[in-house]
Amino acid sequence: MAGIDIEGLATVYPNGVRAVDGLDLHVADGEFFALLGPSGCGKTTLLRTIAGLENASEGTVRIDVADVTRMEPGKRGVAMVFQDYALFPHMTVSENITYPLKVRRVAAATRTATAGRTSSELSLQGLLERRPGQLSGGQQQRVALARAIASEGKVLLLDEPLSNLDARLRLEARTFLKKLQRDLGITTVFVTHDQAEALALADRIAVMQNGRLRQLGSPREVFARPANTFVANFIGSTPMNLLDGAVAAVSDGGSVSVANGSLPAATGSVPAGAEVTVGVRPEYLTLSDGDVNGPSLRGEVVVAENLGTSSLVSVDCGGTLIGVTVPEESEPAPGTSVVLTAPEQRVLLYDRESGELLAKQPAAVG
Amino acid sequence: MTPAYVVRRIGFYVLICAITLFFAIPMLWIASAPFDSSPGLGVRWPDWTLDNVRKTLSHPYALHSMVNSLIICVTTAAAVTAFAALASYALSRVRLPGRDALLYGLLLLSSVVTGTAAMVPIFVMMFQLGLIDSRFGVALVMTGGLLPAAIFILKDFVDAVPKSYEESARVFGASTGQILRDVVLPVARPGLATIMVWAFVNSWGNFLVPFLLIRSIELQPGAVLLQTFTDEGGSANLTVIPVFSLLFSIPVVVLYLLVNSRYGFRFHGGIKS
Amino acid sequence: MSATTEPVPGRPARVRGPAQDVAGLGIGRAFGFVAPALLLIGAFLVFPALWTIYIGITNYRLTGVEAVSPSIVGLSNYTRALNDALFHNALWLTLLFVLGSAIIGQNFLGFALAWTMRRARPVVRRTVEALVLLAWILPSTVVAYLWIAFFDRDTGTLNSILGTQGTAWLIEYPMACLIIFNTWRGTAFSMMLYSSALQAVPPSQLESARMVGASGWQTLRDVVFPHIRGHVLTNTLLISLWTANDFSPFLLTKGGPNHESETVPVYIYNVALQGGELGYSSAISFLLLIANLLVALLYLRLLRRRS
Repeated sequence: MAGIDIEGLATVYPNGVRAVDGLDLHVADGEFFALLGPSGCGKTTLLRTIAGLENASEGTVRIDVADVTRMEPGKRGVAMVFQDYALFPHMTVSENITYPLKVRRVAAATRTATAGRTSSELSLQGLLERRPGQLSGGQQQRVALARAIASEGKVLLLDEPLSNLDARLRLEARTFLKKLQRDLGITTVFVTHDQAEALALADRIAVMQNGRLRQLGSPREVFARPANTFVANFIGSTPMNLLDGAVAAVSDGGSVSVANGSLPAATGSVPAGAEVTVGVRPEYLTLSDGDVNGPSLRGEVVVAENLGTSSLVSVDCGGTLIGVTVPEESEPAPGTSVVLTAPEQRVLLYDRESGELLAKQPAAVG
Repeated sequence: MTPAYVVRRIGFYVLICAITLFFAIPMLWIASAPFDSSPGLGVRWPDWTLDNVRKTLSHPYALHSMVNSLIICVTTAAAVTAFAALASYALSRVRLPGRDALLYGLLLLSSVVTGTAAMVPIFVMMFQLGLIDSRFGVALVMTGGLLPAAIFILKDFVDAVPKSYEESARVFGASTGQILRDVVLPVARPGLATIMVWAFVNSWGNFLVPFLLIRSIELQPGAVLLQTFTDEGGSANLTVIPVFSLLFSIPVVVLYLLVNSRYGFRFHGGIKS
Repeated sequence: MSATTEPVPGRPARVRGPAQDVAGLGIGRAFGFVAPALLLIGAFLVFPALWTIYIGITNYRLTGVEAVSPSIVGLSNYTRALNDALFHNALWLTLLFVLGSAIIGQNFLGFALAWTMRRARPVVRRTVEALVLLAWILPSTVVAYLWIAFFDRDTGTLNSILGTQGTAWLIEYPMACLIIFNTWRGTAFSMMLYSSALQAVPPSQLESARMVGASGWQTLRDVVFPHIRGHVLTNTLLISLWTANDFSPFLLTKGGPNHESETVPVYIYNVALQGGELGYSSAISFLLLIANLLVALLYLRLLRRRS
């Protein structure tokens, strides 16, 4: 078991594109770590650089203290599951699982034992003599995992592990994967473009954009206090409301003026009158039909979209559309006049220019 | 059903029948003449006999030429497959300097330098190398001619194989040799088989190269020998020609059917040279 | 920071590390992989092509004094070609051959087959396609005999069908016979190319054309043709190139009677190996190479524009 230390890492492609651009990262021993970002953000390149499939142009990668930056992929002690699983079509499941051992000239008896043990860990009993082409998508994914585990790497790398499964199977595989990682306790880094997947699986998430780190933190931190508007936009199944506003009051009951009203906010050191971007998640806004005490917004319901157990209500507040999530069967009819408000600590202030979070409190977010 | 529709349907079937007949009728001869007791150039319901087959098989050079064809074509197919496999793999997977220019040049060469356009220098070159009357020489010339197209077809094939196969073997610590032997070769087998059959069929039917380079009758492959079957009077030997034509066509058709059933006939631009 | 990396700002740093390709082959071994194929191609394609230029400016002969010590005669082989009535005849016949059998015959028949077989029943489709493909894959020497038999003066199938016993088709109409023969022989390629091209025409567009009541011809012209225009061009160029270089006319007529079916490839053979004039035939070969090069460059340009 081992941690991963990345310092000043950059991966530059021959065409000059800096896919990974000066990154520092520490993955702790036994951690389940997500690299999250939109396509082209450099997350897969970072994973491949850790594996040694791409050459680092600058910086170092250490696995379990040892500097592996210039080492052959096969000597780094990493195991990897590829997005398309890369199961060898001409080998049986058993041969696939034990191929890493065969490469190292491990005796056949040991290989058979490993195949038996790993396949039962991953509920693949009875499939050992099949070929990958005869398996379902979920089974293929588990074979790929089994092969990676059988290779006994110190670190497990997963490239979009769930993206090739259909929606229903994906949830099942997600639970399975999380339990497996807990049981094995192996340091695991996985790449995903799906924020829900990262939130559900990871101990910590690194959100990336253009080869750089935009936020590093636990799923809760990343969801509740996005460090900048990019992360705010990217995380959450319903997008965060990002509204132009200005700080109205800075004393104890601080507030920001937004649209045709105002919302309470912890303004910290931001001076009164400062132009900011106000971020508030639809889940944290409350909707009522009467007057409320304190800062609030007035508006008229435009549409309500059913999300299953909740509904996303769009409210027109003086020309600005604001999304609010309400419990099922409590959505007001279009045209209803409503009042919106939110708890003070749920209203986040971002710099209008840089998009970075202002007033970084109460929780210190790395 | 309107009358116009009926007329169109009838027209459609008449057209299909006409085209089918156009392609089928010239082939009838090779089905009937070999088994006719008095074979001629006409097509008729044969007066069944296997005499011609017996006479063909006892012809002094007939079986001999089949062996010559086999030697030439197996050598050519093996060489084309081996060299094209190595070259196409390296060209597909490694960023060799000048790779694009090389590929462009190969594509040009494969269509520009045809056997007919280069027959004089090839003849002179082989003559001066002392490779006239050499089956090995014929195989060499054919290999050189088929390689550019073979590299192209195989490169397309290798390009379509996901790189993650090799990458995952590499992450698990496999050496380059192990990757090529355990992963690349088995995965590429359908492509290699197709190229091998393609090279074999092409060289089997090639008339010009052995016609130019082989003088003695005992070294001639079937494609050339078939042209020289005459009887005592100097006219075409119709006892031997039909049977030999049939026998000579069988390997090509069988190989085609084999590739077609195992891998499906995939369309490659410019597959036939 | 490790000591091994000293990046140059703005440019990808060249650092030592694992080989960049997926199997860890490395540049050196990759060149080793390509080398044998390149050597063979160099020796048996590139060298002959270049040597044609040299032989073409000599008076090299198969036999006699010039076979031992040929001398450079400059461009006189080319000026001779300019005034050679037999060469002009060969050029004209090749043009007829390409126009009749490739550009018209194979192209149209191939398209007609691809278009009609699209909706035919699978049994019909498989049978017809198998026949057309068989004509393509049979060895050329065998095919030549099939057609010699078909055109035969006394018992030939064609005469039996038409009731014209005694007509020696290959002697009386040699070029027409060659054109029909080559159409039969090569249609498979066009058929397959057009079949795959037609599959790329979106069915929804064909259905929309039917919905607005377009006739079959209108559908072809307005919906299908714009999609396959590129394929028509590449197909025409390729089959023209192959037909112009085809040696099988030799197997049917040997160029006769009296040069009436002597296309350029057959003429080159006759001049070089029957007449023994290697220098002059090389000059003509070189002209054929140049023509091939022009067509191939055009073809590659089109391919590039399409992708």
